[in-house]
Amino acid sequence: MLVIPCPHCGPRPENEFRYAGEAHIARPADPEALSDAAWADFLYMRGNPKGRHAERWRHVHGCGRFFNCIRDTVTDRIERTYPAGTAP
Amino acid sequence: MSWRTVSGGRIDRSRLVQFRFDGKSYAGHPGDTLVSALLAHGVHLMGRSFKYHRPRGVLAAGSEEPNALVHVDRGGGRETPNLRATQVEIYEGLVATSQNRMPSLRFDVGQAVGLVARFLPAGFYYKTFMWPASFWKKAYEPALRAAAGLGRAPVAADPDRYLRRYAHCETLVVGGGAAGIVAALQAAASGARVMLCDEGAAFGGGLLDERDAMIDGRPAEAWLGWALSELASRPNVTLLARTTAFGWYPDNLIGLAERVTDHLAMPDPKLPRERLWQVRAREVVIATGAHERPLVFPDNDRPGIMLAGAARAYLNRYGVKPGARVVIATACDSAYAAALDLHAAGVMIAAIGDLRTDPRSPGVDAARAAGLPVRTGAAITGSTGGLRVTGALFGTEWVACDCLLMSGGWTPSLHLHSQSRGKLGFDPASGAFLPLETAGQRSIGACAGMFDLADCMPGHAVMGSIAPNGTHAGLVKGAKAKRAFVDFQNDVTARDLLLATQEGFRAIEHVKRYTTTGMATDQGKTSALNALAIVAERLGTTVPEVGLTTFRPPYTPVTFGTIAGASRGALFDPERRAPMHDWAAGRGAVFEDVGTWKRARYFPAPGETMAEAVARECRAVRTQAGIFDASTLGKIEVVGPDAAEFLHRMYTNAWLKLAVGRCRYGLMLSEAGFVMDDGVVGRIAEDRFHVTTTTGGAARVLHHMEDYLQTEFPGLRVWLTSTTEQWAVIAVQGPQARAAIAPYVQGIDLSPSAFPHMSLRIGTICGVPTRLFRVSFTGELGFEINVPAEYGPAVWAVLMESGTLTPYGTEAMHVLRAEKGFVIVGQETDGTVTPDDLGLSGMIAASKRDFVGKRSLRRPDMLAADRKQLVGLLTDDPGIVLEEGAQIVEDPRQPIPMRMIGHVTSSYPSATLGRSIALALVEGGRARIGATLYVPMPGQTIAVRVVAPVFYDPAGDRLND
Ligand SMILES: [Zn+2]
Repeated sequence: MLVIPCPHCGPRPENEFRYAGEAHIARPADPEALSDAAWADFLYMRGNPKGRHAERWRHVHGCGRFFNCIRDTVTDRIERTYPAGTAP
Repeated sequence: MSWRTVSGGRIDRSRLVQFRFDGKSYAGHPGDTLVSALLAHGVHLMGRSFKYHRPRGVLAAGSEEPNALVHVDRGGGRETPNLRATQVEIYEGLVATSQNRMPSLRFDVGQAVGLVARFLPAGFYYKTFMWPASFWKKAYEPALRAAAGLGRAPVAADPDRYLRRYAHCETLVVGGGAAGIVAALQAAASGARVMLCDEGAAFGGGLLDERDAMIDGRPAEAWLGWALSELASRPNVTLLARTTAFGWYPDNLIGLAERVTDHLAMPDPKLPRERLWQVRAREVVIATGAHERPLVFPDNDRPGIMLAGAARAYLNRYGVKPGARVVIATACDSAYAAALDLHAAGVMIAAIGDLRTDPRSPGVDAARAAGLPVRTGAAITGSTGGLRVTGALFGTEWVACDCLLMSGGWTPSLHLHSQSRGKLGFDPASGAFLPLETAGQRSIGACAGMFDLADCMPGHAVMGSIAPNGTHAGLVKGAKAKRAFVDFQNDVTARDLLLATQEGFRAIEHVKRYTTTGMATDQGKTSALNALAIVAERLGTTVPEVGLTTFRPPYTPVTFGTIAGASRGALFDPERRAPMHDWAAGRGAVFEDVGTWKRARYFPAPGETMAEAVARECRAVRTQAGIFDASTLGKIEVVGPDAAEFLHRMYTNAWLKLAVGRCRYGLMLSEAGFVMDDGVVGRIAEDRFHVTTTTGGAARVLHHMEDYLQTEFPGLRVWLTSTTEQWAVIAVQGPQARAAIAPYVQGIDLSPSAFPHMSLRIGTICGVPTRLFRVSFTGELGFEINVPAEYGPAVWAVLMESGTLTPYGTEAMHVLRAEKGFVIVGQETDGTVTPDDLGLSGMIAASKRDFVGKRSLRRPDMLAADRKQLVGLLTDDPGIVLEEGAQIVEDPRQPIPMRMIGHVTSSYPSATLGRSIALALVEGGRARIGATLYVPMPGQTIAVRVVAPVFYDPAGDRLND
C-alpha cells in the first residue's frame, strides 16, 4: 500500500484515496465548438506511459480534495503531489 | 532407548507434556517442538511425499521444512493443515496427524502399488492427462486428488478470533538472530521506535545452536539473555516472537503474522488466536538469515537424512540426538561444528565425507584432532534404507548409519528483499545471490552473505564459532540424477529438471512451472539454488545467467483467519439500516439488499404469499394511501451563491429560474452523454438546494459533483454536503395521502392550489421540523416527509396511528412506478443509455449551450435510429410474466444464434391492471410500437406486443389531484 502525500493533509496510506485518472486534461471551454473527433479525443484518449505519469487522486476519506501527482508507473515511486489547478 | 542428551537444551526437563501423533501417545518437555519431541522417541518418519508417497523424515529445524507437514486439531472445529512440525510447539493434549498417507505412514498403498508412480516425470500436469479429455474428470482427477496433494482443508467454520493492528516505527528488524539483535540494540539506543520480530518461539536464531561461542567474554547463551533483557527494558522497543514477516508491500509496509495462542494448552479466551500487524517502517532491517542447502544425490530423502545445521539445532536447542551412528556429507565447514557437538554428546560419527579435496578450516582441524574420520574428496552418491536410512554410499563404499547429515552451504534468505523489488547480485565466492543496496532498507547478517557469526556482530568480540565456509550447489559430481531430490515438497528430482531443459525449457520461470520446483508452501527455500545450478550446468551457462525466479508473498503460509481479521460474518460488509428499520422488522417485513442497505421489500400479512402481499400493497396505494420508508435515497445539500449555476451545469435541465419552494426532476449525465443518475431537486432558498439521488448512486454522484466543482468549475462558490443519513424520508402516497397527513402538519397549507405537485414547504409535522415535498414516484398524489433522522420512527408511528395507511415495500414501489413507466437508473439503464433512449429528450434544456454530457449527445452514434429505446411490452397471454433480462428477437424461427434486438429491463404482475407488464430496451423501439416481437425462453417462445412505456394514467391526472 502506497503512502501518498496529500498536498493538504500530508502523507497518508493509499486506502484513504481514490484514483481519478490522468491529470491535466482540461474540459474544453466551449465543447460545442469542437469537432466530433476532437471531442472523442478529449473523452477517451489517455496516455499509458511506462514511467513518469501525471495523474489525479482524491483524498476521498480525508480532506475530500482532488490533487495531482507525478508517479512512476514502473517503480510506483511518487515524485511529488500538488494541488489541482496548479502546474506540474 | 531415549534419544535425549543428559543435560542441555532450552527445554524444561522437570515437566512432561503429553501429546498424540498419528493416534499414538508421546511425552515431551515444555520447549519442545513436535519434531524435537518425536526425535527424542527415535521417530524420524513424519510424512509421505507429495507425488510418490515416499516415506519422509524431517529435513530442517525451521520454517523451511518441506517434509514434516502435519494437521493439528485443537478440537471444536479448530483445525489447521499443512503446519510445519518444526514450528509446532507441543502443549498438553496436542493432537497432530501426518498427511498424505494411505492408510498409515508405515504402510502406504500409494507407494506399494505404484499408484502414482506412473505419473512421474516433469510436466506431468501438462502431458499425462491431456488425452483423452474425457478421462480427466472420470479417472485422472479423482485418482490424483486422492493420491497427491497436501493437507485437507477443515470443513467447519473457524471458531477462533483474529485481530489486526497497525503500527509505525523508525526501524523494523526482521529476524531476531545475532545480526538482528545487534541492529535492534543499536537502533534502540537512539530512542527511536524499534520493532523486532522473529518467526521462532525464542529470539536468538543461530545463536541458540552455538555450544562453544563466546561473545564479549561470556557464553553465547548468557550474552543473548543480557541482550534480550536490555531490549525488553526499553519502552521504545517492541519484541514480537512467533511473528513472521510474511510480505513486503510498497513504501515499507510489512505484513506480520503473530501466532498468539496456538502454543498454549489453555489459552486466555480474551486473546485472539493470531494477530495481523501492518507495520509502516521508516527503515526495514532484514536479518532473516540463511537456509542450509541439501546435497543432491540419489535417495537423499530417506527418513534419518537431514541438514547438518538442523541436527545441531536439535542437539543444542532441544537436547535431542538425531541418531546413534551418524554419517556427514558436506561441502561446508559448518557441518564440522555439528560433528564436533554430536561427538561431544556421545554420538558416534561414522564418517565425514567432504566433497572438497583439501578443506582447510579450524573446524576441519578440530574434527581431525578429535579423531573423527574425515574423508576429503569424498562424494556422497546414494543411500540405503526403507523407513529409515541404513547406509551412505561414497563412490563404491557403503558406510552404515542411522542418520545422515548433509550440508551444501548456505543460501541467503532473499524473500523479503526480493518482494520489495530490491535488486540482487550474484556473489561467486559464496555461490549465492546477495541483496544489493536499496533505499529504505538494508540486509544484514547471513541473508546478506555474512555467514560468519563474528561478521554478524559488528562491535562485539566473538570467539569459538566456526565460520561456515564452503559451498556446493547442483547434483553431486558422479551421482545419478534419478531419485536425487531437489525440491522435497514437490517431489522434483534432478532428472525432472534435466528433462525440462531437454524438452526445450530455457527460462527458469518456465522450468519452475513445468516441474513445479520452488512452488507450494516452502517457496523454494531449500531448493532454489540447487535447481538453478542443475539447469545452468545442463545449459552450459552460469547460475547468474539463468537468474532467480520471483519471490512472492507470503514467506510462509498465512491463515485466512489472520488475513480476514474481524471482517467476518456481519462485519464482513456491514449493513446500513434505514431509520424505520426496526419498525419494519417488528411488522414482519421481508428485507432485500440494495447496495449495502437493508430495505423492506414487502410486509406479508399472516398466510400471505409475496405476490399477494405486493398486490394488496399496490391496491392500497392506488385506492387509499400507502406509507413507505424512502430514507435510503441519497441526499446532497448544495449551498452557495452559485448553487443554481452549478446545478445548471451538472444536470440536463434548466435550474436558474426554478422558484424557491419548487422542485424539479433532475437528470444527470456522464461527460460521455449517458444517464448516470436522477432524482428530485428542491430549491430551499435562493442559495440552497436539496438534491436527491438514487439509493446506490449517492456516493458516486457526490464524487462526480466534487470533481467538477473542484477541478473544472473552481470559480463557483458552492459547497456540497452529504445529508443522506441526516434525513428520514417517509413517503405517503395515494388518493387519501393528504387526508392522512393533514392532522399532523403545522404551518403548511396543504391545499392543491397552495401546495401543487412538484413543490416543497418548510414547516413542522407532529411538532418536528420538516421539509415536506409534494412529489410522487407512484403516479398518485404523494408527499415525501423529510424529518431529522432521529425523529423518523416517532413521526412514522404517529402517522400509522391514524389506521388509514398501508405500509408498502420496495417491491410494490417498483410495480407502481413501472405501471407509470418511471425508469430506475441501473435497471432501465446500464451506462450506455442516453436520455433520448429513455424517451426523456424533453429533459434536455434546449436553451443551454453546455452542461456535462451535452456535447456527447451530438456524436453520430448517439443519434443512430437503431439505438435501443425504452418501450413497454405486453404479453399476448396476460398471465405470463416475462423474466427480467430475457432477450428479445424479431423472428423466432431464425436459426440459432438468433439476432437479439433488445432485452426486458423490468417485469411484474400488475394488480391494478389485472395483467403482466414489462419495460424493455429494444432497437428502434419507438418505431415498433404496435408490432409483435418474441421472447424465446426454455420450453416456450413468448409473443409480446410493443406499446408505449406508460401503462397507467398516461395523462398524469392523478398526480395533480
Ligand atoms: Zn487530504
